[in-house]
Amino acid sequence: MTGVLPITLEEARKVVQALLLSGKEYVCIMKLHGDVPENRVKEVLKEFEDTIYQRPPLRASVKRQLRTRKIYYIDFLEMEGRNVLFKVGCEGGTYIRKLCYDIGEVLGCGAHMQELRRTRAGPFVEEEGLVTLHDVAYWFSKWREGGDDAVLKKFIQPMEKALALVPKIYVRDTAVDAICHGASLTAPGVLSLETGITAGSTVAIFTLKGEAVALAEAQASSEEILGMDHGIVARVKRVLMPRGTYPKCWKSGEI
Amino acid sequence: MIERKLLVKAEGETSPKYGCKPEERPAKDYIRFGVINLDKPAGPTSHEVAAWVKRIIGVEYVGHGGTLETLWAFEGV
Repeated sequence: MTGVLPITLEEARKVVQALLLSGKEYVCIMKLHGDVPENRVKEVLKEFEDTIYQRPPLRASVKRQLRTRKIYYIDFLEMEGRNVLFKVGCEGGTYIRKLCYDIGEVLGCGAHMQELRRTRAGPFVEEEGLVTLHDVAYWFSKWREGGDDAVLKKFIQPMEKALALVPKIYVRDTAVDAICHGASLTAPGVLSLETGITAGSTVAIFTLKGEAVALAEAQASSEEILGMDHGIVARVKRVLMPRGTYPKCWKSGEI
Repeated sequence: MIERKLLVKAEGETSPKYGCKPEERPAKDYIRFGVINLDKPAGPTSHEVAAWVKRIIGVEYVGHGGTLETLWAFEGV
């Protein structure tokens, strides 16, 4: 099993964008091509806890241009002969196979990635609600055979879970449908918001019921938005909620 | 992990007539707006695994959050 792979269903596929950008954590076995003392390996792993340069491999689904990726931490776990076990937390889009190769170059002996398991993808972690394909098939048929709807909760989570780490802005019911039609969020529509928003950062627009409405680009910081009485707060990048879920009331202003 | 605080700008209420709390969505919508935290089996590609889920549940579209293993071998992206 190679670990956490969030699968989005139907409408929820729209949150994939947020997941791709989110941080990942892996447990990796790296095979060294020569004998290196353990403390030297630890030393070099520490050196890689930084912003690194990577060119995507030949077979990659993105453009092959040099790009930077942040390595948040590398925790050395164990070493047995030439096999090194470590845990790495990194920015989305980091190639671990490439990372192992580069670590091998710095060590001088060369190295390759032997095995990899993803332990985290954004808010999804292996300790929480991780299910196998067999679980999915089993629980789904249980539900189909007339099982309780609670059975669905054993293997499916609301798409809002995927946005758990994105700062949120909660809006009035009357602002929702305009946003679903692509309108920018303006100050009067904002009820509350989370700290940590900066101009240009990605935010998630939510209803008071906790439903995701859209992903947007903030135009000001949390503190600035709090003091605004007019003007654009966030520009919509991806609408998540189907139009018409809430009533259209951008003319009347009333529900 | 970043701890975020909630800043309240205005008081407001939400009408029970529209929308629905995510965990209370009716079964059909709960699936349509759902994500599965899947432990990917080794061997098949992320795309193949996503296609299997699609077939098991009988939905029209699925997506996946980040390729694990490409056509070739293990590839952490």
